[in-house]
Amino acid sequence: MSVKVLYFANLRETLGYSHETLTLPAGIATLGDLRAHLARRGGVWEALGEGRNVRAAINQEMVGADVAVADRDEIAFFPPVTGG
Amino acid sequence: MSEIQRQFDSVAVQEADFDVGAEIAALSAGRADVGAVASFVGLVRADKLSGEGSEVSAMTLEHYPGMTEKSLEAIVTEAYGRWSLLGTRVIHRFGRLVPGDRIVFVGVASSHRGDAFAACEFIMDYLKTRAPFWKKEDTPEGGRWVDAREADDDAASRWD
Repeated sequence: MSVKVLYFANLRETLGYSHETLTLPAGIATLGDLRAHLARRGGVWEALGEGRNVRAAINQEMVGADVAVADRDEIAFFPPVTGG
Repeated sequence: MSEIQRQFDSVAVQEADFDVGAEIAALSAGRADVGAVASFVGLVRADKLSGEGSEVSAMTLEHYPGMTEKSLEAIVTEAYGRWSLLGTRVIHRFGRLVPGDRIVFVGVASSHRGDAFAACEFIMDYLKTRAPFWKKEDTPEGGRWVDAREADDDAASRWD
């Protein structure tokens, strides 16, 4: 399963990436699984760790950690929004 | 044009400024059924930086192209479901802005003021917590991302 992952705002700056394409190892079924997988990279990636205030979207819709990820999904991680 | 298309055409995410008077006028132009137009304009404030004497000199708004438009369209559609509306217009700017610059415009047309006032406030409250925009302020020490405010979550949750 391959997904596109986007990062925004201070998360993008902290991680040093705006996007990447990832081939997911077996066992990653949900958004929460993917986030934990990324956080396990360690170092700056701990910004995605449990307890950090990070929001996420799948295919441009904000969703929770228990939502399933699918092949070719566009997944985004970002801080709470501050527009308006 | 179908009702759905009209709602979606009413959302714009742009770098350019907008003409408040023209936007308000357009909401009732050529029609006799509109009895009320409510509008909101959000501006960049020259806030004092915390613990310092200096003020915010500029800010840069980043957004998530594609999702931004979709989320604003979803908010407008939700407003149409809750109130009796005859037209809406939402414009949100991105890029570099300085104090006094306009950031956001929400305009709502309805037969009566109650629906127009409520829907306008609802759209702003939902936009603050659901539309993927992020503000970064210029400070003498460099850029600083603005933290989300709990008060904004509270304002949005009263419409639940």
